[in-house]
Amino acid sequence: MLKKLTLSAITALALGTTGAMAAGGAGHVHDVDFSFEGPFGAFDQNQLQRGLQVYTEVCAGCHGLKYVPIRTLSDEGGPHLPEEQVRAYAEQFIEVYDAELDDFRPGRPTDNFPENTAAGAPDLSMMAKARAGFHGPYGTGMAQLFKGMGGAEYIASLLTGYTGEEKVEAGVTLYENTAFPGGWISMAPPIYGDDVEYADGHSTSIHHIAEDVSAFLMWTAEPKMMARKQAGFTGVLFLVLLSVLLYLTNKRIWAPIKKKAKEQA
Amino acid sequence: MSGIPHDHYEPKTGGEKWLHSRLPIVGLLYDTIMIPTPKNLNWMWIWGIILTFCLVLQIVTGIILVMHYTPHVDLAFASVEHIMRNVNGGHFIRYLHMNGASLFFVAVYAHIFRGLYYGSYKAPREITWIIGMLIYLMMMGTAFMGYVLPWGQMSFWGATVITGLFGAIPFIGEPIQTWLLGGPAVDNATLNRFFSLHYLLPFVIAALVAVHIWAFHTTGNNNPTGVEVRRSSKADAEKDTVPFWPYFVIKDLFALAVILVVFFAIVGFMPNYLGHPDNYIEANPLVTPAHIVPEWYFLPFYAILRAFTSEVWVVQFASFVTGGIIDAKFFGVLAMFGAIAVMALAPWLDTSSVRSGKYRPMFKWWFWLLVIDFFALMWLGAMPAEEPYATFSLIASAYWFAYFLVILPLLGVIEKPLPQPETIEADFNATMAKKAGKGSAAQQPAE
Amino acid sequence: MSEIANPHDAKSRRDFIYFATASAGTVATGAAVWPLINSMNPSADVIALSVVEVDLDGVAPGTRITVKWNGKPVFIDHRTEERIAKARADDTATLPDQAHDADRAVRPEWLVVIGVCTHLGCIPLGQRGADPLGDWGGWFCPCHGSHYDTAGRIRKGPAPRNLDLPSYEFKSDTLVSIG
Repeated sequence: MLKKLTLSAITALALGTTGAMAAGGAGHVHDVDFSFEGPFGAFDQNQLQRGLQVYTEVCAGCHGLKYVPIRTLSDEGGPHLPEEQVRAYAEQFIEVYDAELDDFRPGRPTDNFPENTAAGAPDLSMMAKARAGFHGPYGTGMAQLFKGMGGAEYIASLLTGYTGEEKVEAGVTLYENTAFPGGWISMAPPIYGDDVEYADGHSTSIHHIAEDVSAFLMWTAEPKMMARKQAGFTGVLFLVLLSVLLYLTNKRIWAPIKKKAKEQA
Repeated sequence: MSGIPHDHYEPKTGGEKWLHSRLPIVGLLYDTIMIPTPKNLNWMWIWGIILTFCLVLQIVTGIILVMHYTPHVDLAFASVEHIMRNVNGGHFIRYLHMNGASLFFVAVYAHIFRGLYYGSYKAPREITWIIGMLIYLMMMGTAFMGYVLPWGQMSFWGATVITGLFGAIPFIGEPIQTWLLGGPAVDNATLNRFFSLHYLLPFVIAALVAVHIWAFHTTGNNNPTGVEVRRSSKADAEKDTVPFWPYFVIKDLFALAVILVVFFAIVGFMPNYLGHPDNYIEANPLVTPAHIVPEWYFLPFYAILRAFTSEVWVVQFASFVTGGIIDAKFFGVLAMFGAIAVMALAPWLDTSSVRSGKYRPMFKWWFWLLVIDFFALMWLGAMPAEEPYATFSLIASAYWFAYFLVILPLLGVIEKPLPQPETIEADFNATMAKKAGKGSAAQQPAE
Repeated sequence: MSEIANPHDAKSRRDFIYFATASAGTVATGAAVWPLINSMNPSADVIALSVVEVDLDGVAPGTRITVKWNGKPVFIDHRTEERIAKARADDTATLPDQAHDADRAVRPEWLVVIGVCTHLGCIPLGQRGADPLGDWGGWFCPCHGSHYDTAGRIRKGPAPRNLDLPSYEFKSDTLVSIG
């Protein structure tokens, strides 16, 4: 039994050797204590709503969210906005091209957020899952095992990681960023603090804004996180019960056979 | 059917007799499920059931996923997101399938190393072992092609790199690679055929599993002592064995439930831990990810593939002898497939007359070194191809081959094995007595 | 080792554990099967599209619009007083598929019907200005000559039923939600 435990410990250790995101001039990603981390962590609805505001007022100028249906803004386990607000939001902020009309029309909840390729900026729908934090030490992935995958942390670190240095290379202005792999990013600093005004009066320091929008992007990347954890928790709990019952059954079934063996020995 | 003597199914009622004389399926199921199984199997004998479960899990979740997936380069990535966002429970089914592949490989590696330690590959179980190796190869093929289907960056570039291996074959490599891909590069044709094969192969695996079980039900299970079940009479056989149902079915189900606790925790709480972030970026043939790393279960063999560079003298020698036909790239490919081939040949490479590693004092050390070697290769496969990892990889790869080609044949000659128990019954009784001796009061639940 | 001391007691306890295990196993299997079945039910995007909200602002009396709902056209007629009166007047007539106009329109000025002829599934004419409206001023199906009146009732021709009504409700005076 001990052998098996040792083996599984080694396995767990070795399994961590995947990802391998760390090597090669990776930037510094600082750990943020997000509310959705850990088996019982949950999205903070208010934070997601603030993040939506930041996305709409700042990011949406260049970045799309083409995989995210607008209607999911009213999903439980997400920003959970009232349906009327979602409809109003779609009409006010979103304009989509309708092939049937051959024209643009105001958005509806059933539309997805539009794609935005104007500035050549990447789509943000899955950004929080497409990036990761520190996968070390030595490629073991232990950091991620304890601190989470780190996609949202990466985004928050990137948004607050500008040093203020700039350089021009091949006609492109690059900005120094401590979180970006390679250190120089072509995105100009998008937020400085006080870029938006929150209705709930929450702090608009650069760190808070960065964290809010990072949390929102974690939700766009993993909209079913709450449902998933719930299902996982139920599954684990039930399987523990089943394990105990099977253990007892196994013990009972084998008892006469083992008893006989002891008597014979 | 030959095998261990035991009771067979006897049709009693008219209906049963009617069916049995036309299709003895109940008898077949009865013989399979009631097969006499050595009493002394330990907890390393659970992996077969875990693997069967994995195969069923992957096929069932896979069939559901196919109902919502679109195998087209323009739509594949979006259709996976459709599963993740819109399909009822689709996100969980997809994560089960994704992590199910990892559970499958954890189980298969445990199963293989169990076989290597207890000599399950030795006569008369060579065919069981070879079929098992075929299943393992097919699993790798299936997993590889399945990984391409979400059409993320790592899907695309993994497919590009791995199919590139075939290009290393001298003279015919390039036409083969083109044929495999259905074009000059990984594209829609590739995605479609991988999808087709990813759906087909699991059913081939299922058929091979049936043959695998048929083979070892003919020879009987191996067991931790490596001593065969007595077959002289039914009475003797019954002293060494218990029927598979219910004794081992319940034991295996208990193990399965415990393993599923861990599995569900991973799926529920950290489903992307074993994946690559890059695969959440849609495939782009014009941008290569910074690090192309295969899934963890391929890493040991990937490390062997990379270990043999043109600076290694074996490679230079091979190149010289063959007049340059075998270059470093081709050598690496040969080494990777060779690493699996030598494992498949273990039944004929192991010269020892003793089956179980339990009674082989020297073998034990080398075996556990092989296990460490395997994990070392796994770690090295994920490291960048630079020093000191390159040298480590070479040493670790060399040991892998040395174990099968040198150590196994030699040990049989020089090793002096420990005495083995007379019968399985004796071993089982002794183990039980020893357990009882260790403070029986604490062990036995007070009833 | 009370199994020897009191065999009956031990047996019932053993049976209970077997029973509990079997039950838990059955529940686990059921819990595993249900999500697989449920995954084949309409997905969230399909369900979202099964309710269409139509803004009626700007649809003048006497005009008709067509909207797509569940893959089918829905005709919305902003009926004039004259059309309503015509429909009401025929309530008492003998019709192939007897129905009162008041039962066919939640709000008299808005008639909402599924624009699929109940005969063989053609789309009746009458939505565009130049279309023939049939003998009763409603819709006319050109395939086999079915005439519908201003309440969408079948009056003449092979169609067996009146035009079907979708379920809909008015969220406000100018916003109707179909489905």
